[in-house]
Amino acid sequence: MEILKPAAAGTLESSDAQVTVEPGDGKIELSLSSSVMNQYGRQIRDTVLETLDRLGVTSAKVSVVDKGALDCTLKARVECAVFRSMDASDKNIPWGGAVR
Amino acid sequence: MIPRPRPERFRLRRTMMFMNAQKPGLIKDAYIYGCDSIMLDLEDAVAENQKDAARFSLYHALKTIDYGDTEVIVRINGLDTPHWQEDIRVCVAGGADGIRIAKCESAQDVRTVEAAVEAAEKEFGVEVGRTLLMAALESPKGILNAYEICSASERMFGVAISGGDFRKCMQTTPQRDGIDMLAARGQMLLAARAAGIQCFDTVFTNLDDNEGFEAEVLQNKAMGFDGKSLINPKQIRFVHQVFAPTAKEIVQAERILRAYREQSAAGVGVFTVDGKMIDIAFIPGAERTLRLARACGMYEGDLV
Amino acid sequence: MKNYVGREIPDYLLVNGKEVYQGKNYMDGKYLQKASPKTRRYEKPQESKIVASLADALRHCGAKSGMTFSFHHHLRDGDFVVNMVMKAAIEELGLEDLTIAATSLGAAHDPIADYIEQGKVVGIQTSGIRGRMGEVVSAGKLKTPAIIRSHGGRPRAIEGGEVHIDIAFVAAPTSDCVGNCRGIGGKSNCGSMGYAMTDAKYADHVVVVTDCLVDFPNMPASVEAIDVDAVVVVDSIGNPKKIASAAARISQNPRDLMMAENVAKVIAATPYFKDGFSFQTGVGGPSLAANLFLEQYMDERGIKMGWAIGGICGPMVELLKKGKVGKVIDVQDFDLDAVNSIHQTPNHFEMSASQYANPANKGAFVNKLDFVVLAALEIDTGFNVNVLTGSDGVLRGAPGGHPDTAAGSKCCIIVTPLIRGRMATVCEHVVTVTTPGDCVDVLVTDYGIAVNPLRQDLIECLDNAGIHHVPIETLKEKAYSLVGRPDDLQWEDKVVAVLEARDGTILDVVRKIHPYTLD
Repeated sequence: MEILKPAAAGTLESSDAQVTVEPGDGKIELSLSSSVMNQYGRQIRDTVLETLDRLGVTSAKVSVVDKGALDCTLKARVECAVFRSMDASDKNIPWGGAVR
Repeated sequence: MIPRPRPERFRLRRTMMFMNAQKPGLIKDAYIYGCDSIMLDLEDAVAENQKDAARFSLYHALKTIDYGDTEVIVRINGLDTPHWQEDIRVCVAGGADGIRIAKCESAQDVRTVEAAVEAAEKEFGVEVGRTLLMAALESPKGILNAYEICSASERMFGVAISGGDFRKCMQTTPQRDGIDMLAARGQMLLAARAAGIQCFDTVFTNLDDNEGFEAEVLQNKAMGFDGKSLINPKQIRFVHQVFAPTAKEIVQAERILRAYREQSAAGVGVFTVDGKMIDIAFIPGAERTLRLARACGMYEGDLV
Repeated sequence: MKNYVGREIPDYLLVNGKEVYQGKNYMDGKYLQKASPKTRRYEKPQESKIVASLADALRHCGAKSGMTFSFHHHLRDGDFVVNMVMKAAIEELGLEDLTIAATSLGAAHDPIADYIEQGKVVGIQTSGIRGRMGEVVSAGKLKTPAIIRSHGGRPRAIEGGEVHIDIAFVAAPTSDCVGNCRGIGGKSNCGSMGYAMTDAKYADHVVVVTDCLVDFPNMPASVEAIDVDAVVVVDSIGNPKKIASAAARISQNPRDLMMAENVAKVIAATPYFKDGFSFQTGVGGPSLAANLFLEQYMDERGIKMGWAIGGICGPMVELLKKGKVGKVIDVQDFDLDAVNSIHQTPNHFEMSASQYANPANKGAFVNKLDFVVLAALEIDTGFNVNVLTGSDGVLRGAPGGHPDTAAGSKCCIIVTPLIRGRMATVCEHVVTVTTPGDCVDVLVTDYGIAVNPLRQDLIECLDNAGIHHVPIETLKEKAYSLVGRPDDLQWEDKVVAVLEARDGTILDVVRKIHPYTLD
């Protein structure tokens, strides 16, 4: 999937994460901040990168501001931002396919 | 990934607690409060521009979180919105136990949803017929068509009235004695019982008015409702208390079931328990009482 | 050397008779030589002890570099006095190498972080440390390791001479011209002044700082003129809004209420729950809400609470006024209801920190306590509790009376949600042990209850009452299944804080946190 325009999903509330994606220049550039960085920074990064990989996103600038979100929330926010960037978040989502 | 067992069409549903499907902090463990069903809401609780985000949250919550014995129902957006088809796809793909049809007005509405559910079950390789349905009646038309709605599908397990919208249509407001919705509640109960499905009352929204809440729950029980929709976990305990069977009812149900099993093994159809004539018609009621008693922590036997 | 709770304590800290923690009641029966202060004689009658400024008071008391100044924390987040005094000492008198020995420090004291970074403040001894000060200490910028003590450990250390206070500063809501102080009757009221009492008795010099001078004699006094060298009148000792909140309301959060209800259920299942029982609770959401449910059980059984202690707030005062608790003995007040009640409501008394919790005296109140309900940042499978360091290893909390009440009480209940955001509260190893597991009896979470296996008697009580409980390992696994297993924090060798157990042995150390990088 190709990031066509900047898009965001999620909030800065506790237990949530705000994810922003922008068109990239051929690679994934991830900026990550988290309220639980010391204990979960690595796992959060892995979850975000795996989610992007499943969606076939190979070029994007991604920013994640994490407020203690669980993995399932992180995935949901990344996916929503990516689909929004292609104006494709409203219907025919590949549930159980690229989204899983 | 958490596999959920096949949903039971008829199970204990004293309390159904609404939760905004968009709020990660809420949906991650709503089951800890011990309600019978949780109602993840894609409709009114979710802002129009967050419907998409709520679906992604919902999908992963359904796939990741172990809700245990708590039933998971999703309230989808109305059939007059652009959202309901994708709502159904995500519910079925995620493996929700049931779908609540908002603003249902006719049997056709149920059939429309059922067709979309079946298509989604085929699309996602889910057993056809697995996903249950319930309808929320929110308008006078819905109430008048209650029976056709209740009997529109084998997937239908229950029907609920939604007080907010209904009272607006009727140009009334919540009244202490329930007179504002008396006719509608009665009509809906009649229809549900005639169709053999369950019936649930609306939410009580004034969290500071405990007395009013308790009066309404007692009336619900007296009218014959199976349960009630809730907006706050602190409402659960009282409903469970009111809907619990009495010790006497439990003892009687046990006797009936024991006697029935002994007698039917011996080929007898009609018999007496404590001087009262009993036949097979009493059995579902007695079983329901014991199941309820078990859920309330009042029965530890093995008859149900 | 490894201590009783499995923490590695560096040998270089074990000098001058310092030992590692050996389990509770280890010091029982041993003797302590009390230290006595060197105080100035005021034989010639004085009309007044009022001096013009803090600088004058410091000079009057012979303040010089290298001294230890003490403070008390009744003004909480509204306190102005610590910052005012340190500013006068450092910026007007040019002092350095100072040590602050405070009963607690909080967000109000962020400016002190600058003095730490400048090397003017070289030592901190406190129960609580938060905000910027916690950050700079954690970053290793304080010259000597901070010493963290419980509220009972501090008077023990003072009385035993481990802390020698050169000048104690008493923030007084009211004082007369010779230094009789009270916590009420002024414009910045705090109620009880219990934590200032030991300081005033054991310091070489005592300076009273007040913003409300009242007629002599200000009686009955919490800190007495016989211990006071000088009185300074300032415009304001603190921000009343932050000293005492309007009224501590019982939480409406359903999670808190559910846990509180289970706490009351556990209490009611023990043999200590009988007429005349004693109780302390924290002011956190679920701890405070336990009051509400406990009252229901008391009514049901027709029993009353004999006495309650602790930091006090409105709901406990309410019980006192309703006659459901016999006496309230108060070391600190958390809200205006409590501030306005102490010394006014019959049977609402003030006590000193030593009377409250000191393990080395001959009968602190905590030792007679039946129940205490406490919160935790973390609790591990050994029931060790951390209320000091965050999940990032930074100092941002306070043991307070936690270790004292846990050790003294017959039944110590910790109540906490299983996870907070993505933090597992119930975990394998707490970051820092602040209350040792041998003092903690029951854990109540939103996902279930666990009982310390050391307390088979309580396990039996819960079983008899039909209260479901699980091994604490089950709760830890549940927590990790939700949030994932955390990576270990990365530490450097440098010790930034030493955590003393209440008896003075070393319970744990906090090291400098290694800056986190993703790769």
